[in-house]
Amino acid sequence: MAELVYDKDGRLLFTKEMKEEYTLLMPQMLPVHFNMMRKCMEMNGYKVDMLTSNHRGIVDEGLKYVHNDTCYPALLVIGQLIDAIESGKYDPHKVGLLITQTGGGCRASNYIHLLRKALVKAGYDYVPVVSINLSGLEKNPGFSFTLTLIRQFVYSIVYGDLIVLLANQCRPYEIVKGTTDQKIHEWEDRLTNEFKDTSTLRYKKVVENMELIASDFASIPVNRVPKVRVGVVGEIYIKYSPLGNNNLEEFLLSEDCEPVVPGLLDFVIFKINNRVEDVGIYGGYKLKKVIAGALQKYVEKCQQALIDVVKKHPQFRAPEPFSHLHELVKGYLGYGNKMGEGWLLTGEMLELVKSGTPNIVCTQPFGCLPNHVAGKGMIRKIKENNPQANIVAIDYDPGATRINQENRIKLMLANARIALEKELSKEEGQYPKQSQAGTSAQQTAQSSIG
Amino acid sequence: MDMRVGIDIGSTTVKIAVLDHQDQILFKAYERHYSKVREKAAEMLHRVENLLKGHQIHVAVTGSAGLGVAKTCNLEFVQEVFATAGAIDHFLPDTDVVVELGGEDAKIIFFQGGLEERMNGTCAGGTGAFIDQMATLLAVTPDELDKLSEGYEKIYSIASRCGVFAKTDIQPLLNQGARKEDVAASIFQAVVNQTVAGLAQGRRIEGKVVFLGGPLFFLKGLRKRFVETLHLSPENAIFPENADCFVSIGAALYSGKLKTLSYEEVLSLLENSTEQVSIQNTLEPLFSSQKEYEDFQKRHNSNTVPQMDLATYQGDAYLGVDAGSTTTKLVLITPQGGLLYSYYASNQGNPVAIVEQELKKIYETCDDRVTIKGSAVTGYGEDLIKNAFNCDAGLVETVAHLKAAQHFNPDVDFILDIGGQDMKCFKIRNGAVDSIMLNEACSSGCGSFIETFAKALGYSIADFAKLGLFAKHPVDLGSRCTVFMNSSVKQAQKEGAGVDDISAGLSISVVKNAIYKVIRVASASDLGRHVVVQGGTFLNDAVLRSFEKELGVEVIRPTIAGLMGAFGAALYARDLGKDRSDLLSAQELKEFSYTSKSVNCGLCGNNCHLTINQFGGGRRFISGNRCERPLGKGKAKDIPNIYQYKYKRLRELKGVPGKRGKIGLPMGLNMYENLPFWHAFFTKLGFEVVLSPESSRELYAKGQYTIPSDTVCYPAKLMHGHIEGLLDDGVTTIFYPCMPYNFNEHKGDNNYNCPVVAYYPELLDANIEKLKHVRFLMPYFGLHRPKDFTKRAVEYFGEQFGIPAREVKEASKAAYDAYHQWLEDIRQKGQEYIDYARAHNMPIIVLSGRPYHIDPEINHGIDQMIASFGLVVISEDCVAHHMPYQAQRVLNQWTYHSRLYSAARYVLTQPDMQLIQLVSFGCGIDAITTDEVRDILEKGGKLYTQLKIDEINNLGAVKIRIRSLLAAMQARKEAK
Repeated sequence: MAELVYDKDGRLLFTKEMKEEYTLLMPQMLPVHFNMMRKCMEMNGYKVDMLTSNHRGIVDEGLKYVHNDTCYPALLVIGQLIDAIESGKYDPHKVGLLITQTGGGCRASNYIHLLRKALVKAGYDYVPVVSINLSGLEKNPGFSFTLTLIRQFVYSIVYGDLIVLLANQCRPYEIVKGTTDQKIHEWEDRLTNEFKDTSTLRYKKVVENMELIASDFASIPVNRVPKVRVGVVGEIYIKYSPLGNNNLEEFLLSEDCEPVVPGLLDFVIFKINNRVEDVGIYGGYKLKKVIAGALQKYVEKCQQALIDVVKKHPQFRAPEPFSHLHELVKGYLGYGNKMGEGWLLTGEMLELVKSGTPNIVCTQPFGCLPNHVAGKGMIRKIKENNPQANIVAIDYDPGATRINQENRIKLMLANARIALEKELSKEEGQYPKQSQAGTSAQQTAQSSIG
Repeated sequence: MDMRVGIDIGSTTVKIAVLDHQDQILFKAYERHYSKVREKAAEMLHRVENLLKGHQIHVAVTGSAGLGVAKTCNLEFVQEVFATAGAIDHFLPDTDVVVELGGEDAKIIFFQGGLEERMNGTCAGGTGAFIDQMATLLAVTPDELDKLSEGYEKIYSIASRCGVFAKTDIQPLLNQGARKEDVAASIFQAVVNQTVAGLAQGRRIEGKVVFLGGPLFFLKGLRKRFVETLHLSPENAIFPENADCFVSIGAALYSGKLKTLSYEEVLSLLENSTEQVSIQNTLEPLFSSQKEYEDFQKRHNSNTVPQMDLATYQGDAYLGVDAGSTTTKLVLITPQGGLLYSYYASNQGNPVAIVEQELKKIYETCDDRVTIKGSAVTGYGEDLIKNAFNCDAGLVETVAHLKAAQHFNPDVDFILDIGGQDMKCFKIRNGAVDSIMLNEACSSGCGSFIETFAKALGYSIADFAKLGLFAKHPVDLGSRCTVFMNSSVKQAQKEGAGVDDISAGLSISVVKNAIYKVIRVASASDLGRHVVVQGGTFLNDAVLRSFEKELGVEVIRPTIAGLMGAFGAALYARDLGKDRSDLLSAQELKEFSYTSKSVNCGLCGNNCHLTINQFGGGRRFISGNRCERPLGKGKAKDIPNIYQYKYKRLRELKGVPGKRGKIGLPMGLNMYENLPFWHAFFTKLGFEVVLSPESSRELYAKGQYTIPSDTVCYPAKLMHGHIEGLLDDGVTTIFYPCMPYNFNEHKGDNNYNCPVVAYYPELLDANIEKLKHVRFLMPYFGLHRPKDFTKRAVEYFGEQFGIPAREVKEASKAAYDAYHQWLEDIRQKGQEYIDYARAHNMPIIVLSGRPYHIDPEINHGIDQMIASFGLVVISEDCVAHHMPYQAQRVLNQWTYHSRLYSAARYVLTQPDMQLIQLVSFGCGIDAITTDEVRDILEKGGKLYTQLKIDEINNLGAVKIRIRSLLAAMQARKEAK
């Protein structure tokens, strides 16, 4: 049995013995990416379980142990972890918890501390918490972020982004239901198995693989009827996690829409880019700027490769590169706006609107501080400059009901459908059919919800 | 064309409309559904049998509750705003704006310049339901409320953000004796403000405006408020005769393009579709058997007091009154605590009349046999009742409840009181109140919430509670504020939950709210070993049972749970040891009269709404005041108060006319910290600094229409008004920099500003249209690195104004000097005040928050109120610098928040200091700091007091907290 060891500030460490004996529990945010990362960690000798639980009990645990006004993702993640410890599935003395730590001026940087507080409150002060971060915060003897693991993680994100991007463009149109998801699982397994051979962690190999993936998804039999495309943006956890957004993607699919969810790479580049910008605005070590700049270039190169691969298949829409989003927000926000999703959120909305997906759900936890500015605060201006924009802001929180959220999304969808119909009839060179309810005013419709 | 039918199922009502092929409305109806949505819709559809029997019809369902019905019955659904827009386009094509109020939704549709539709967010709360709630509060029907509003003379400002907030404003108005007519009109005005401000978001409501929905159809007073507020001429304010059913008409229009069904088929779909009763979140039943319930009752009924007969009793007696927010409680006891007389009922908005009537009854029954030797009052209406009837003493509720609880269990160490409007819990240590938790404005609800809900569903509160006791599958409604709860109930109804399950679910919610939101404990052991629960809400067995079940402990609920405040007051009166009470005698009571009128104070900028209560015989009582001035006293003024000092100093920083013209600075958020810096900087550069006007409600209202996110904090919302203020002053250059980083005071792990403070200039730029016409400068600057700042400033101001580098460098130096001087001055002044306090043996309060909390419009005069109790007020930045860096259990990365932790740690070292934390509602970061500051203080043996502030300017709850804190401080002193 591993001994409990603390550092000089009294932080419980994750020791080498624990690595042997303990199971690390990690929350899920992006199903595909995180699952691949989990497999990478297992390959590196950790026992890891990714939590996919989704029931009311999670919120209740969260409410019990976290200040109720704390943002919803913290409440969910912490609730989910404690719920798992208490599920009976694990020996509480043999689990550790994994959580990411981003730093930055948003209150979300406090997750790890809130989690520790919650553990003490729940009587699990002996459960170690392992921080995953790239800033060198909180080191643990039993957990090392080796170069191999970092590379595996980075490529998991690249692959994850590509797979999700393609899958989202296939799933709504697939002829045999389930084909797309089947492909996802196959690729997850195949790619992570390949990681075992670290020689595959090469840029060239990754590009090769991406081409195989794209061709494979391109081979899925589909029936591409025109559907309303809906962009999903927002606070990162709520945007991606089905637990956080009440299965938003599933809901959009059930409404016969194609969800368009910008990938994680932009966020990664954004976070690196912030360091470059910081030095520019406030001064600081030039070296920091150079290193961060190099790293940014590398990830951007991966992103560009991804885009090039997708572009080879005309049935798929390729995303725009980070540099394009960077350009788009000019006149909206400064590049110093970096807390939370910062200017990137506005950039994503603009990119969607300008690339033919004007319908957007902007998701955030209730009272999300950065989104007051970069999300809700920019919608008016985006619309003013792009009349076709059809954006709805939806708040998520333990008390917000699905019915209210769906009703508001439905309003956005009603307008989106009319716009789509109009566009289609224009393409066919006909006059729009005048129905009794769908009248002229509505055909230029857009919606906004407070 | 075939007949078209629109069915609009809202949160509280069902509306049906039938249109023929010429768009003639053949039938329309509007009825409450009491949550039996599908049944009601079917029943109403049956009524048009003669019209539709045997016909093929088009049908569309709409409305917030319609979504679920459409799904289960497999009928077509159309989103309601969309349906409305369709109907408007068809019937009233020259409309500019539609305002529609429903049971819980508010919507605005703009038609001109690109159609835009807006619905209230999840937080903005109900409108129709809100009016219902308010009517209940005034003990009138909505119709009567409407009638009352016609006779108004003045409008009070009532927080318009959501129902819960408004209630907190209205309650004290009633308790202070404001006229019901005025309150009624004020309620409607609040709804108008909410709609205009909450939804317009940067667009003005003008042109031809159509008003729709039940409340606007039925309530003339509400209409009037809208028309006046929006300055609409009669031809531009359209109230269609079908306003109540307009949305269902829109749905009918929409249905025209759908395939037809036979009338019979539609009926059968509505009647026979079995909802899958798959309520996702259900809880254990409260009681599994009748036997279990009986045992439970028996256990609790043993905690009682002897009932005495007032008609035969001879001897001494003591009177206790608890003038609560919704109810008035009154008891008369014997010296041993026997109950001679008790009264518990809604105060009907007029507690004075009730106490008068009850006192008369008591005097009549007891003749000369009984001598009332003492009388005491507690509760919201304490001052009013005490003055009206000459009671001997007034005491803060917490102390009254403690007295009463100790009567039942001298070892009590935890008391939870859930009343109609408020929830109070306190820990008892060494026989004194040790820490107090009150519900914040957001989690109110409590007892009156269940009551309002029961009424809305057509039950009395007692019957409603009974239903819940044996519910099989109580619904899990979460634990949040009432507005959210309304939607949770809606969801449960949609999923097929019965009234019994909802009743039980509501009780459980109230309890969860108390435990997890107010008390914030994780397990029963944190509470204490001797728990006493009280307050009227605990007379509801379902609530009591939920509480015991949730915590897994048995607690004491006295049979007089609803009277405990009054009972405690009576015990307090007994302990005064007087020979005879000063209470009005039977004779004096006969001559008693009571009138009230409201006036504006006008003695200072606050311009408080005062209520002058007159009781006959020249006695009067003034309420509604924030300071002592209108009472002819000036006590608070002389007590050192750093909030006053800082504010005055900042406002004194006037501009000096210079060669470079005027530059406007909006006086809010971090400008309260950085003004000395920027003022020196620009003055040195030869700019004339123009500050935006002082904050006020009016200034806020001016900028309200451009606020895009209604859940942001009040200090941020005020910024919109400050910008408008500067524009009104004719300033053409406004400087308001983005500053993610704050000064680094080396007391934390980083030196950020919060995201709102950091980036709000960008939000203003994107949402205030008028800023396009002036020069609005919002560069990114970091003041934490002086050299780099200077470099960047040289660049920036060179570029913008062509100012030579040398000048900017000098200005930068002057700015840093001024800032450091300012910090030093605050610290020195703080020390001076501390010395003063010690010389005069006065306790010191470190009133902590953010720099912008010194704005009187944000703190609502709390600092002065604290001073009025004889406490010296200093702020966190007076003392934070004394403490070295220390790791906290949370990420300590915001400069202002680091000061909080340092100040809290410093307070631990000073026996004569206590800390009170000011928290702005909606401040996400304070969700973290409040817990941490509490931990620091309580671990160090200090009391923690948190005051949550918003646009509400009522200080009732604040007063309770401060008086409780004083009582606890006193008790601790005595224990030593």
